[in-house]
Amino acid sequence: MKEIDYLAPSSLGEAYAALQNGKTSAFLAGGTDIIVQLREGRKQVDQLIDVKHIPELTSYAWTDDGGLEIGASVPFAEIYEDDEIVRRLPCVIDCATLVGGIQIQSRACFGGNIGNSGPAADTVPALIALGATLTLGSAGGTRELALEDFFTGPGQNVLEPGELIIKINIPPQPANSGAFFHRFIPRNEMDIAVVNVGARIDLDASGERIEGARISVGAVAPVPLYVAAAGDALVGETPTEDTFARAADIAADAATPITDMRGSIAQRVHLTRVLTYRALDRALERAREA
Amino acid sequence: MTTTEKPDYKVIGTRPIRPDGVEKVTGKALYGADIHLPDLVQGAVLRSPHAHARILSIDTSAAEAMPGVLAVVTHSDLPVVADKVLDMGEGASTASDMSKNVLAADKALYRGHAIAGVAATNVHDALTAIEAIKVEYEVLTPVLNVQDAMRDDAPLLDESRHTRTPSGEESEDASNVAAHNRFEGGDVEAAYAEADVVVEREFDTKMVHQGYIEPHNGTANWNSDGTLTVWTSTQGAFAVRGALAELLQLPVSRIRVIPMEIGGGFGGKIGVYLEPVAALLSRKCGRPVQLTMDRTDVFQATGPTSGGHMKGKLAVKDGKITAAEVSLAFEAGAFPGSPVMAGAMCMLSPYEVENFKVDAYDVVVNKPKVAAYRAPGAPNASFCVEQLIDELARETGADPLQFRLSNSAREGTRMITGVAHPRIGQEETVQAAQASDHYNSPIEGPNRGRGVAGGFWFNAGMQSSVVASVNPDGTVNLIEGSTDIGGTRASLAMQLAETLGIEYDSVRPTVVDTDSVGHNDVTGGSRTAYASGQAVYEAGLDIQQQMVARAAQLWECEAEDVEYADGALRHTSDSEKTMTFAELAGKQMETGGPLQGRGSVVARSPGAAFGVHVVDVEVDPDTGKVDILRYTIAQDVGTAVHPAYVEGQMQGGVVQGIGWALNEEYYYGEDGRMENASFLDYRMPTSLDLPMIDTIIVEVPNPGHPFGVRGVGEVPIVPPLAAIANAVHDATGHRFTELPISPRRVVEELHNLQ
Amino acid sequence: MPRRTHIQTTLNGEEIDFLCEPRQSLLEVLRDELGLTGTKEGCNNGNCGACSVLMDGRVVNSCCVLGVEAEGSEVVTIEGVAEGDTLHPLQQCFLEEAALQCGVCTPGFIVAAKALLDSEPDADEARVRHWLAGNLCRCTGYDKIVRAVLKASEMEEVSA
Repeated sequence: MKEIDYLAPSSLGEAYAALQNGKTSAFLAGGTDIIVQLREGRKQVDQLIDVKHIPELTSYAWTDDGGLEIGASVPFAEIYEDDEIVRRLPCVIDCATLVGGIQIQSRACFGGNIGNSGPAADTVPALIALGATLTLGSAGGTRELALEDFFTGPGQNVLEPGELIIKINIPPQPANSGAFFHRFIPRNEMDIAVVNVGARIDLDASGERIEGARISVGAVAPVPLYVAAAGDALVGETPTEDTFARAADIAADAATPITDMRGSIAQRVHLTRVLTYRALDRALERAREA
Repeated sequence: MTTTEKPDYKVIGTRPIRPDGVEKVTGKALYGADIHLPDLVQGAVLRSPHAHARILSIDTSAAEAMPGVLAVVTHSDLPVVADKVLDMGEGASTASDMSKNVLAADKALYRGHAIAGVAATNVHDALTAIEAIKVEYEVLTPVLNVQDAMRDDAPLLDESRHTRTPSGEESEDASNVAAHNRFEGGDVEAAYAEADVVVEREFDTKMVHQGYIEPHNGTANWNSDGTLTVWTSTQGAFAVRGALAELLQLPVSRIRVIPMEIGGGFGGKIGVYLEPVAALLSRKCGRPVQLTMDRTDVFQATGPTSGGHMKGKLAVKDGKITAAEVSLAFEAGAFPGSPVMAGAMCMLSPYEVENFKVDAYDVVVNKPKVAAYRAPGAPNASFCVEQLIDELARETGADPLQFRLSNSAREGTRMITGVAHPRIGQEETVQAAQASDHYNSPIEGPNRGRGVAGGFWFNAGMQSSVVASVNPDGTVNLIEGSTDIGGTRASLAMQLAETLGIEYDSVRPTVVDTDSVGHNDVTGGSRTAYASGQAVYEAGLDIQQQMVARAAQLWECEAEDVEYADGALRHTSDSEKTMTFAELAGKQMETGGPLQGRGSVVARSPGAAFGVHVVDVEVDPDTGKVDILRYTIAQDVGTAVHPAYVEGQMQGGVVQGIGWALNEEYYYGEDGRMENASFLDYRMPTSLDLPMIDTIIVEVPNPGHPFGVRGVGEVPIVPPLAAIANAVHDATGHRFTELPISPRRVVEELHNLQ
Repeated sequence: MPRRTHIQTTLNGEEIDFLCEPRQSLLEVLRDELGLTGTKEGCNNGNCGACSVLMDGRVVNSCCVLGVEAEGSEVVTIEGVAEGDTLHPLQQCFLEEAALQCGVCTPGFIVAAKALLDSEPDADEARVRHWLAGNLCRCTGYDKIVRAVLKASEMEEVSA
C-alpha cells in the first residue's frame, strides 16, 4: 500500500474540516472494502478518514413514528443482535446477516456498503424495498434523498466532495406489510450476489388485496435498480402465482446485466425472474404474519 | 472392514494426539512466512501483465535508484542451465524450463509470469519499486485451451517445440503438443461391433488450484562463504535443494534447506518459485531476503492442475465392459508436463477391460505451468470414464455398484500398462459401499438424485531415510526428513513405537533440514506413511538387533538366545533374564555407547488405493444450485495407522473434489487474464456448503509393507467429480459433461438459455 | 522512514504500545512489529479468515483492520487463547478430534469459534457451520473441525 494519512475525527465538524484540507480522502468505517482497494491499488487517496468516532454515525434509534435511523458506520452485527430490529424489520436482518462472513459483519456497515456503491451491494435492494432514504452531510448542511437516487454507476454516487453519509432512514412500514431480501450466490456464504432482490408487499386490512409493493433488483445493471413498474403492477391485485409471475417478468425485463466471472447475462435475467417471484412470496408470508 | 485377520497392534490403529499439535493450536508453530532473521529484508516480484508476450527489454535502473531498494534481479542473473530433466518426485521438468519459469527469459508465457525480483528494506518499498521497472513487451495472441492450442494455425508458445509421437519420434512441424502417447490392447473395433450397448461422449474440465491456505514463501541467505541457506514451506526440502543446485549451479552440499511448517500443498508446493529469486537477491545485497506471494500470485503464478478435453467411447456386452477408447488432451500450462499420462493410466485401473485404445496429449497453453494436485490427472480422466460407466449401467438396467463389482479388477488383472495388479482391495471397497447405510437408504423427494463413482491411484514409494536415537531414559528421538503436512509425525512415531513395542509417547519425532538426515523424497504421492513408515520400521529393527546383541553381551550368551518382543528382551531359555527396552536403554555406556537405529529405503511396493463414493444431491432447477445432502466414501487404506488422520485425508480429498465438481475453475478473459484470482471468486467450499463426510475404512493390507500400509491421501479426490455428475443426472435427467457443474451451467443447460 | 503513529492498546490482556504506519494492517503489525506470528495471512483481502482476531470481543479479519485502529481497543490473538499451559477447551478438542492437518487455518478457526462459544455456548451444527463460513480450510473438509467445536461446546469450562 502507498503511504497514507489516517485521521479519526470525533465530530461531524472535524470530519467536514478534514474533507476540506486539500487532500484526496476516502472514508474508513468497517474497512472491509476500502483497505483492500487501497492495498490492491484499485483506489488511491492521500488520507483515510475514520468515521467510527463520530456519534451521529455510530448509533441507531427508533423514531417516534416507528421508523429506524441507522448511523452509517454501525456494524451489521450490532444491528442483527438487536432483538427489536429482528422482530420489527426482518428484511433489514436478511441483508445484514448476508454480507460476507461473521468477521466481515463485525465491522462492515450500511454506510460502507452503500458508499462503496457496488451494483451488487447486498443491503441496497433490501433498503430500497423498505423505502429507505439517506441523510448526507457536509459543512454546508444536510440533505436527504431516496436511496435509489444515490447511485450513478459502478462505484459511483451523488456524494459531493466534502460530503458524507450520516445515516440511513427506514421509514415506518405500513400495517399489513412484509418485506424480504433474497440473494443468489453459488456458495452458501462468502460470495458476491449473482442477483439480489428486495421486495415489499403492503396488503389491505382484509389481507386479500395488494395496496402497494416495492421491488428492487441488484447486480443486473450498473446501479441497483428500483423497478417501480414491477411493484405498481401488483397494486390492486390479489396475491397469486400469476400476479407475482407478472411482476417478476417486469423485473426481469428491467435487468440489463453483463456476463462476468460471477454470472452470465442469460443466467442473471433468468434469476431476476426467479428471485423476484420468491422474494414476493416470502414477503407475502411476512405481510400475513404482520 | 478387514478382509484378513489383522495382527494385534498396540499402537497402530489408535488415535493419539499429534506431537506437533499443541504448537499448532496455540499459534507457536513456525511456518515459512513466520521466520524472522537478523537483518532480514523483504522483496517483491514483478509479474507479466500479459499472457503471451515477447520481452524486448527490461530496464531496472529507476527501481535500483529508489530509496530502500537493495537489489534487483532478472533472468540474466540466473546461470545458463542444460536441458536436463529434474525429477521433483511428483512431476518432472527440465532445468531450463524451470529456470525460465522462475524468471522469464525471452518470453512471458502467462499472466503472472515472474519478470524481475526486488529486495528492499520493507515490503511496501519493494512493491513500489517493482512498478518502476520498465519492461517493453511485444504482446502476442494467447492460447487458452487445448483445442485452440492443437490447431495447425495456433500461435506457438515455443517455435522450437515439436511433438514427441507414440513411436518416440519428433513431429516434423513445430507444435504446442509436447507429447502424444498411446496405449493399445486387444481389438476395440471388434468389441464395438459385438457390443450390447456403446456410449460415447466428450467432456471438458477447467484448470483448478490446490487452494492451500498458506501462500508460497521463500527466505534465502547467501552466506559469505558461498553456502546458501533457504527457509521455505515445501513438501520436499530435498527436492528444493536439488532444484536450487541445478538452477544456481551450486554443489548440492553447499545448500541447506530448512523446511518450515507448511500450510497445505496437495502437490502444489514441490516446485520452486520464490526460493531461487530470494537466493539471487540475497547474493546481490548480502542480507537474508524473504519473498512471499499474495493470493493473486498464488493463483496466477504457481502450479494449478490441468483442465482438458476428453473423448470416451465404452462398450458393454453381457454386463462386462468390453472396450474403452479414450482420448485425453490436458493443459500443461506454459511448459510441458501435464499429468495426462497418470490420468490415462489410472482411469481404467479399477476395472478389467480387455480391449482398449488410449491416447494422451500433453499440450502447452498460456497459463501457469501445472504442478501436481492430489492424484494428478486421475480426477479429470475419471470424470470422463466413470460417467460413461454410469451410462452403461443405466442402459443395461444394472445397479451401478453391482455393475462396477462385476467388472472389478482383482489380483492379476492387467492394467493398460500391462502391469498386473498385486493384492488389491477394489472388490472389497465396492462391497463396502454396497453394504453402507447410505446406499441402503432410499433417496426420496423431488429434484434429488444419487450418484456413485470409483477411483484408483497408484501411490508412490521412492526414497526415505530416518535415524532414531535411543535415550538413556528409554525414550527415542526420531529424526526424519519428510514434511509433515497432515499428521505424519504422528503416523511415523506410531510405526516406530509399534516396531519397538514401546509407548507412542516415548517417541519424539522431529523433521530436520537437508544437512541433518539422509535423502527423503517429497511428501507427495501418498508415500510418507507408507515409505517413510517402512524406513522407520527398518530403523526400529536396527535398534532391536543392536539391543539383542547388547543383551547377549550383558548376559554373556549368544545373540540367538535373546529375543526381542513387546518392548522387552528375554533370554529364550532362562526366564530370569529379562530387561525392558528402557532398562537396556539406560545401559548404553557400558554396552558400547550411543544407540542409534537407521532406516534407509527405496520403497517399491506402495500398494494401490481404491475408493468408491456415494453421494446424494438436491438440485434447485430454477437457480441451478446443487446441494450435497449426504456423502459416503469407502476406501481401501491397507492398514489405518492413525484412523482419525486417515478419515481426515478421505474427507479433505472429497471436499476438494466437491469444490472442483461444483464451482471451482480458472475463469479466463479473452486476454488471458484469470479474472477470479481471489478466494472470493475462486469458490472453494465453506463449512456451510457441506454435510458431514461419512467414511468407511476398508483394510486390505498391502503385502509390500510390514504393517500393510497403503497410501491414503490422493485417491479420495478421484471419484467426486463423476459421482456428483452422476447424481445430478439422476436428479435432473440431464448429463453434465463440462465442469464445473455450477449454478450458471445448470440453469443455462436445463433452461436452454443462450 | 515514513511517519509512524504511537498506538496504545490491550493485547491478550496486557496493556502495550507500539509504533506503526497508517498503511500497515493490524495483521502486519501483529506479525512484523510485535512478533506474534500465530495469526496467519491466507488471502490478505478478507476472504479466508486465517487472520481472525478478537477486537473488543468481536471476531474480525485483521488484514482488513489498520494497526492504528487498535488504539484504545482490546485485541485477543491465538497466542492469548490458552491460559498459561492450560489449553482452551477448543484447542484441546481440536487436538483430540484431529481437527487440523496442515494447521495454518487453525488459529483463525479457534479464534472465530471462541467468539461463537463465548456468546452462544449451545450452538448446534448448523450454527457452527454458519458461523465458521468465513474461515476456509482446505485440508479437513470441515467435518472434524465442526465436531471439535461441538465437543468443546459441551465441555463445562465453556458452558460455565
